[in-house]
Amino acid sequence: MSNTSPWNDLIGTPDQKHEEGIVVSDSHAEATHQPGLAHHFESYEQQKESSFLGMWLFLVQEVMFFGGIFCCYVIYRSLYGEAFAAASRELNVFIGALNTTVLLFSSFTMVVAVNAAKQGNRKWIVYGLLLTILFGGIFLGVKYFEYSAKWEHNLVPGPNFEWHGDDVGRPVEIFYCLYFGMTGMHALHMVVGIGIMLWMLRPAWRGKWTPENHNFVEGFGLYWHFVDIVWIFLFPFLYLIGLAT
Amino acid sequence: MSTQEFAFTPYPDLPKSHYLNVAYGLKSWLFTTDHKRIGILYLLSITFFFALGGLYATAIRLELLTPAGDMVQPDTYNRLFTMHGILMVFFFLVPSIPAVLGNFLLPLMIGAKDVAFPRLNLASWYMYMFGAGFTMYALFMGGVDTGWTFYTPFSSTYSNSYVAAVAVGIFINGFSSIFTGINFMVTIHRMRAPGMTWSRLPLFVWSHYATSLIMVLGTPVLAITIVLLAMERVFKLGFFDPALGGDPVLFQHLFWFYSHPAVYIMILPSMGVISEIIAAFSRKPIFGYKFVAFASMGIAILGFLVWGHHLFVSSQSLYAGLIFSILSMLVAVPSAVKVFNWTATLYKGSIEYSTPMFYALGFIGLFTIGGLTGLMLATIGIDVHVHDTYFVVAHFHYIMVGGALMGYLGGLHYWWPKITGRMYPGFWSHLSALIIFLGFNLTFFPQFVLGYLGMPRRYHSYPEEFQILHILSTAGASILAVGYIIPLVYFIWSLKYGEVAGDNPWDAVGLEWQTTSPPSLHNFDEIPVVDFEPYDYVEHEPVERPYRYSRSEA
Repeated sequence: MSNTSPWNDLIGTPDQKHEEGIVVSDSHAEATHQPGLAHHFESYEQQKESSFLGMWLFLVQEVMFFGGIFCCYVIYRSLYGEAFAAASRELNVFIGALNTTVLLFSSFTMVVAVNAAKQGNRKWIVYGLLLTILFGGIFLGVKYFEYSAKWEHNLVPGPNFEWHGDDVGRPVEIFYCLYFGMTGMHALHMVVGIGIMLWMLRPAWRGKWTPENHNFVEGFGLYWHFVDIVWIFLFPFLYLIGLAT
Repeated sequence: MSTQEFAFTPYPDLPKSHYLNVAYGLKSWLFTTDHKRIGILYLLSITFFFALGGLYATAIRLELLTPAGDMVQPDTYNRLFTMHGILMVFFFLVPSIPAVLGNFLLPLMIGAKDVAFPRLNLASWYMYMFGAGFTMYALFMGGVDTGWTFYTPFSSTYSNSYVAAVAVGIFINGFSSIFTGINFMVTIHRMRAPGMTWSRLPLFVWSHYATSLIMVLGTPVLAITIVLLAMERVFKLGFFDPALGGDPVLFQHLFWFYSHPAVYIMILPSMGVISEIIAAFSRKPIFGYKFVAFASMGIAILGFLVWGHHLFVSSQSLYAGLIFSILSMLVAVPSAVKVFNWTATLYKGSIEYSTPMFYALGFIGLFTIGGLTGLMLATIGIDVHVHDTYFVVAHFHYIMVGGALMGYLGGLHYWWPKITGRMYPGFWSHLSALIIFLGFNLTFFPQFVLGYLGMPRRYHSYPEEFQILHILSTAGASILAVGYIIPLVYFIWSLKYGEVAGDNPWDAVGLEWQTTSPPSLHNFDEIPVVDFEPYDYVEHEPVERPYRYSRSEA
């Protein structure tokens, strides 16, 4: 099964259940014979559950982190809706939508990598990761050009900020503070993610992740999807709010 | 009474192999993933920062000895109290019990070999040290003068001190908290020994679960707030800049959304320690176990809904203030449940005045005073009167020092024989506990009076009529300092000369007492099966050991 393409598996083949929960004895010496099972866990099952619970808690933490800046956004937008809409219209919806698509594709290729890990197909783990890195890189590249365009148009907050659109007051600048703060924080998460994926390539190729133990790949997949979901919120909040008015 | 009266039957020696002697050398510590060693690493680091924070407190108290601001400049004074607050809150109190005692004991108490993520655990210590490094850099360059609360726009625009460096330090340090919180929650969920059901968890574990919840939900909000502040300061992004229409009070909301629950990060683990000590030295099961356990969760959850009581005079609407006032008072309910249950546990118990018990009893009294004055401050009318006065300073020191620190020291005394395998001298430990209690009250009780009379906090000079109270406070602080130095001396002394304690010197129940002292590398020879209820002090028959201290011989 390990040589079949993971693409079939995405649609869903029935036999995905692997042998898990192999109970080992208490002895530390024996436990070390289980490949990939840390000494302090009793079984793969326990190790897997722990690592996923840990990852989900980490994501909860991330939600609270982004929650703080979203909270600022909600408050300022409710105060300065008109200025926010005007400022938002300066952003390029097409580029934003393009980036959204790119990021959604990267999530798809991440799923490919995770599924390959489930099957122990190390070749496709690497391909999946490489494609994800590629799409993530495209996203960041597009972001770079977007940022530099803002810089040229003096839309970066600070002493050089200039606004030539409708006269909607200084809160326009707050929108751009939030724009750079939110997308910057999001981009930072992507950079970290790409860094981790680059690190993952080598162990993936060497077959570190087996069907019994691929928690790291799956956990990282959750992280990548989370970063994707943050963008799903950022795109309408930043790019689309000007369209309605 | 002192521990010297206890009859120890001779115990041959420390166990042959334990976590301290399996490996030696700096590397074996810096790259360890053993939760016990990481606890010790934290113990050493936070002791350093406690001493440093204490030096700042000493300077503050010396300046306040005289009404004139004659020892330091006003600006220096601002830096003194700011650095005192930052060091004590972020680098001592928040990590104190969870990172030291929690790290050491949590896996032992639930019968696990380690926490769920040992490497993450080590990473948390490195994050702590890394954050501390940034803070020390700022400190050597001259410190920060904003107060530990970093209120904008002063911190973001006007302050000429090293705000950004400290902000980075606190941001990084936040990761250590988050990592610890995630680790504890997963460990409690997934690593419990067979038979260790939720209703058999020691209350220390329950309170750490509640604490971890706050760490995971609260710390990231502080992190983003600090990031926004740093970006505003460094890149001139005006998130809170009134010139752009931004709202400085929004910073206060975000800051207190973490920083009020942070108080419960400090006090909840302490409450867990007290529950253990009270039960062990009353020889009784804790009264109303489930109520005490759920009270911890109640405090953790309610704690997130009360931050607005820090903003009663910060242009918050009166109606919002009213709701925050009521919610703040609700915190008193689970807190009182705990205090009443502890006293009910004491009732008709065979109380033993050991050193940890001194701290526990001190905690109950001081926490009650701190809690009740908290109720006064939750009342808007009184708060408007005493806002930003020494009344507030005294209140939160009763919680943070009288509560959290007393719990920490009590826990350290209770589990020291487990951590090191050796006992500290009974006389000196009793004496220092008394000195700390007296010194603490002498330091901070006059500050209630000062505040009520109108002495504002954060001023380095004051009218002459306040001097007598300030002198009392400074005198108390000197006594308190002596009380802190004595344990430092005898703890170090005990490492070499202390009597060998044996596995269970207090004859206490709980899995941590069923392994050797100090515990072996993997905690237990075999994973224990739990078939007893928590605090089973009546029916529970401890395993017979030749060297076990027996109460009846006393």
